[in-house]
Parts: sequence; structure tokens; C-alpha cells
Amino acid sequence: MKFSEEQIHRYSRQMILPGIGGKGQRKLAEAKVFIMGAGGLGSPAAIYLAAAGVGTIGLADSDHVEIHNLQRQILHRTCDIGLPKVESGRKTLESLNPEVKVEIYCERVTSTNIQRIIKGYDLVLDGSDNFPTRFLVNDACYFERKTLISGAILRYDGQLSTFKPHAGGPCYRCLCPEPPPPGLVPSCQEAGVLGAVAGIIGLFQANEALKEILGVGQSMVGRFLLFNALNLSFAEMKIQRNPECPLCGENPTIKELIDYTQSCSTQNTVPLQTSTRTLD
Amino acid sequence: MNAYVDREMRHQVTMEQTEETIEGQKIRIDKELNLKGKVCPYTFIESMLALEEMKIGEVLRVIVDYPPAVCDVPKSLKNEGYEILDVSSTNETDWAILVKNTEFK
Repeated sequence: MKFSEEQIHRYSRQMILPGIGGKGQRKLAEAKVFIMGAGGLGSPAAIYLAAAGVGTIGLADSDHVEIHNLQRQILHRTCDIGLPKVESGRKTLESLNPEVKVEIYCERVTSTNIQRIIKGYDLVLDGSDNFPTRFLVNDACYFERKTLISGAILRYDGQLSTFKPHAGGPCYRCLCPEPPPPGLVPSCQEAGVLGAVAGIIGLFQANEALKEILGVGQSMVGRFLLFNALNLSFAEMKIQRNPECPLCGENPTIKELIDYTQSCSTQNTVPLQTSTRTLD
Repeated sequence: MNAYVDREMRHQVTMEQTEETIEGQKIRIDKELNLKGKVCPYTFIESMLALEEMKIGEVLRVIVDYPPAVCDVPKSLKNEGYEILDVSSTNETDWAILVKNTEFK
């Protein structure tokens, strides 16, 4: 791939970075990133990945844009209310960078279609807003050997990690083997979220995706970041593969994808880990 | 100048092998890149892109006429690990930077 004058100008401020150059920019152009959810996390992640010149971005979301999304889901505008989020998202991304190929999936992602969808991608970003999807994405990434960049937010808190069990790291189930019981899932009233927190964690996911594609810096594999916006504090835990993990452990009990049903929902936020195992 | 106007002019790379004598030593020039009219950081980026396509040990001659590029391009290429062989004025407006694609990459 020869760079055009316009491409050199568009990407100049990152091409001059050590570790990128023309080779890195080519890797970005060839990269295919799948983003689960065109919401609070998926929006900032998709926008920055498109701006950086990631060649193919897959967006999956079965919802339509509603006015209460606009407080944090910056892929969408007031005039997009009523449109499928993936349509609105594609419009935003293509207007930002027409070079990016945006593949959209308006259908509900389930055990029957997820493996077919993610097969063609190099990386998966999870910005889903419910536990059933979170576990489904994790399990599908494990079976398809895809790197998963996981972000989660709730209220003023955020979490981030990269799961690459095919390269020795833990998976999401190593931390949280099963979806939490209904009582632990926040009620609607408890499930508020500050838009800026979604932006911060979504951009951390974009940052980690770019690092994984470029092969630069320290990966978040085996590391779990906890962010609190009120104190503006960060904490990091080391996480390891759990030999008893029902998915990637020594005696796995999960051999195929499971469609969990949503209990008391957190419709508009992205659930944090609720298992106490994460703090071990 | 509109950067998009000179599309035709860009990457005037000549593949003819020429030689240059630096401090009594003959150096083979494998490629020449004419970046006259270009400003930083594009001078650096285009030099780097040309070097990325060259073999280890090959020498690129970059011609610039933007005064800050005379310092900045060699400095940035050196930071990237390339070897600067020579920087010299060729006429009243132009400078030639000789850079070698090194094993370091």
C-alpha cells in the first residue's frame, strides 16, 4: 500500500511517533476490529479507531437511538433519534474518515451468530451493557481465539482489561465464572453513569486496541485496571489464569456458547464485575 | 501552497544509481527523493516512508528547501535509528541529506 498525499497529511501526527511510521500505519489500515455495542463505550472507541485509520470496523447493536443515549453515546446526534444505532454510527464514522470500511450488524448477537460475525476480525472490543452479552462475547472470543479488550462502567467507576487466553492470559470467566445472581445486578435506579466515565474507559479500550495492533507498549493482558472518577484514582491488579475456570481451565465444563437470560437489567449501563473473586 | 495541488510532483524518486564523494569516500546513492516545496513534518514522514521500502545498507538522498527541515529531518531520522551520512547545501535554496538504511530497524 502506497500512501497518498492526503493519507500522509491525515495520519501525519501519529506516523511521526516512534513505533508507528509507515509500517504501523499499514498495520492499522489492514486491521479489523469488531465493537460489541454502539453505546457509551463503543462510541468513543469507534470514533478514535476510525480517526486513527483502522481499516475495518464492525459495529453490532440491535437498538435504536433514543434521547437518553445522547448523554454519553457520542456516535449519535439528536437528529439520529429513531435510527438504528449501527446506521447512525456508520454515518458518523464514515463522515469522519471515509477510508474506513464500517460493517454493521443490526441483529441481536446471540450464540447462533456471534462466532460467524467475529470470525473475520482480528480484535474484539466489548462495550456491551448486560451480563449475558458479556459472557457470550468472552466465550466466543475464547473459542475463536480472538483478543478481547473488555471495558465496563457503572456510576463513577470503570474497569479495563485485555483477555487473550489463547496466548496464556486469563479470560473474563477466570475472574467471574458465572453471571452474578439477580440480587447483585444493580437495579435501574442504581445504574446511573457519568458520560465522561464511558468516554474515558471507551478510549482506554481504543488505546489498548491500537497497542495490540501496532505491537507497542505493555499490553493489559494479566492486568485489571480500576478507575474512579470522583477521586480520579486508578488501581491495578495482577490477574492470572484460573485453573478452575469453567471455560479455559484444566477441566472445562463449558464446551459451547450459552445464551443467558437477562435478570434485573442494567439496560443503559455497562455492568462492572460484581464477583468478589476479582478482588482476590 | 495547497498541499494537494502538487500531487503530480510528489515522490520524484529516481532509481538511477549515482555516486557522491563524502570526505574522500565514494558513496552509492540508491534513491533520491525530491521534497522541495514540502514542509515539516511531511519532509520527515516521506523520507521515512522511502527508507522503509529500501534494503538495509542502501542510501537515500533527500532534497529539501524548507530551512527548518535541514535540521529536523536528520535529527528525526537519527532518532528512528537511521544513519545520517551527510547534510550539505547544493545551491542557494536546496539542501541534500544523505541517509543510510541501517540494521537497527
